Amino acid sequence: MGKSVLMLGNEAIARGLAEGGCAVATAYPGTPSSEILSSIASINKDLDEPMHVQWAVNEKVAFEIAYAAAITGLRAAVSMKQVGLNVASDPLMSAAYMGTKGGFVVISADDPGPHSSQTEQDSRFTAMSAKIPVLDPDSPGQAKEMIKLAFELSERYEIPVMLRPTTRVCHTRQDVLPGAMSRISRRPEFEKDPARWAATPKFRFHLHGELEKKLEKIAADMSTAPVSVSKGQDTSKAILVSGVAAAHAKEILKDLDLIDVISLYQVLQPFPLHTTFMDHLLNTYEEVLVIEETTGVIELQLADRSRVKGKMSGFVPRVGELLPEKILNLIEDFVGKDLTPHEQAAPGGRRPTLCAGCPHRASFFAIKKASPKGIFTSDIGCYTLGLNMGAVDTVLCMGAAIGQAAGFYHAYRNEEKQPDIVATIGDSTFFHAGIPPLIDAVVQKIPFVLVILDNRTTAMTGNQPTPASGVGACGESTGSVDIESIVKGCGVKFCQTGDPYLLDDFIPMVKDAVQFSKENGPAVVIARHPCILDRSIKMPYDK
Amino acid sequence: MKPAVKQQIVISGVGGQGVLFVTRLIAEAAIDKGLPVLTSETHGMAQRGGTVVSHLKVGDFASPLIRPRKANGLLALKAEIPDAHLLFLEPDAWAVVNSDSPRDFRNMAKLFNTDCDQLALEIGNARSANLVLLGFGVAATIGGDHVKQPMFCSIEDIRNVLLKRFSGNKKVLDAAVAAIEAGYDSFGSKRSSK
Repeated sequence: MGKSVLMLGNEAIARGLAEGGCAVATAYPGTPSSEILSSIASINKDLDEPMHVQWAVNEKVAFEIAYAAAITGLRAAVSMKQVGLNVASDPLMSAAYMGTKGGFVVISADDPGPHSSQTEQDSRFTAMSAKIPVLDPDSPGQAKEMIKLAFELSERYEIPVMLRPTTRVCHTRQDVLPGAMSRISRRPEFEKDPARWAATPKFRFHLHGELEKKLEKIAADMSTAPVSVSKGQDTSKAILVSGVAAAHAKEILKDLDLIDVISLYQVLQPFPLHTTFMDHLLNTYEEVLVIEETTGVIELQLADRSRVKGKMSGFVPRVGELLPEKILNLIEDFVGKDLTPHEQAAPGGRRPTLCAGCPHRASFFAIKKASPKGIFTSDIGCYTLGLNMGAVDTVLCMGAAIGQAAGFYHAYRNEEKQPDIVATIGDSTFFHAGIPPLIDAVVQKIPFVLVILDNRTTAMTGNQPTPASGVGACGESTGSVDIESIVKGCGVKFCQTGDPYLLDDFIPMVKDAVQFSKENGPAVVIARHPCILDRSIKMPYDK
Repeated sequence: MKPAVKQQIVISGVGGQGVLFVTRLIAEAAIDKGLPVLTSETHGMAQRGGTVVSHLKVGDFASPLIRPRKANGLLALKAEIPDAHLLFLEPDAWAVVNSDSPRDFRNMAKLFNTDCDQLALEIGNARSANLVLLGFGVAATIGGDHVKQPMFCSIEDIRNVLLKRFSGNKKVLDAAVAAIEAGYDSFGSKRSSK
């Protein structure tokens, strides 16, 4: 080793997992987190004893698989994007109480901006709500080291630990020094302890008390204590930073020749915030500026905020990414310098669009032909871009196309004229969160058409396999589940599959579905044509 | 001793053109020269044909993002450059643009342009316009007049990166090298024809 290599933040996280002796790694893809698991998959073949690496059907399932491995004493990790953490929040809240035996790291990638997400939510806030520690890296290199730190912290206190990278860490490349990939020689040893692993409410009360004691100790653990980046001569003011805001602030203080003037502290573990550090900060400085993304999680933990400037106080913007030029102005304002003016660029550039030749284009065309005045509920994936074709009216969250379709029907049920409702959902999204609402729609006999846009892949996030693919994260052969069987198994009476490229057949199929649904309840059309970016699949009429 | 390299480059285009790949090649060239490097990239939905931009910082930096008016240069794979990308450029920055005509590019002190799409077609590899632009950019900033901060890496540095990346695939390697050389040589021929 000894030579730095260029690593994407997500590759550095994957590398950290391999160097930290992770045995089980699971994920559901989502920007900006997706490359973590695919990077592990490509490292895996170099390991003496390969990890179990898998894409799970959704984040909740991914979490539960990795967590179970961790309570046998192995090291395990699950990765997802911030909205995926919402899906996994049910097991997360309980796992915090029960704790772990082997190191268990929950990686939740946030997307301030947002660049590729529905919300700017702060996963650190979820960690605080679940009462687990969270580490906030400023760069790929630090993210790699923090993974190892997280495993150690997790085992020391028998608690899940979150790593919260943001887009600017995940999708930054940096020269990073690879370390040795260690395989910790451990065998799984699940010790039965029903009072812990199957705790009833009475025991949960006890576990909650234990959790609070753990947090108290973690808030005093020196391994994750805040770091003094620079000691300034000015003893009246200090700046407190975490995550990529720390990287921006370090550079800006140097550029402003303030690095020896203002004290800069970097918080590595925003929750729980180290108690002695908080006391030191508030007792030493007259004014403290806190710069963090995207909620004031650190700021909230400072008991006396009368001398603190941050998101809560309104000094730091609460919305949007803290770009370095914003941080520059915040620091200038804080130290009483003139603000560097920044021109605002007119919004411009190109919007993302469905690829030329994308099969979804044909599906949306057919839907508009079959139901020109319908309400079109849709979902999370490339096909959100059906917006550009006027074929997408709603996008809420994973799986909502179906639940919202039912809601629209109920809203209009007493009206004289009821609109057609056509929902679209991708194949991977259908597996992820579409099945329970489809069952519900069958039970309630909702007259709507569901078009499952089956392009045989998870396209938007980089063509990860779906449960129908029969291929795993490392390219291995797996079992597979077919969509028609699920749809029929849910009790849907109209289920037809067509190729949207063959419009002459496909448009009538969607029309039939619309007619059928009016009398009989849910009708499903599976629009099957592989993603044109996925070169692994060939169609019969492809050359 | 040579002064330490400190260079910030913006690479602009639309999803699918290979902005990420060009960024990565330059970053790897930096590492080969023992220089610290940070890049920040656009992933996700924007990759479906939307505007994408990479920030590349070589030398002693901590932040992965370039602040407005701090970039030393711009590599633009599309001639229609969003204003937001132009705002990164310092007043005397260079700009290397994939365009057949020198247009009125606002705020550009040093403009070098060539039709990379056409050159890529001529070498029979339409998708290699990104590499053509990189080759042209290296030649233009190093060989051009009055460029304040030429690209830190040479065409040999880029070739070596390609050699390492594609060592197992001669066909891809030859095509990639041909593309950067086509771009590189086009700068020379442009000059001699003037």
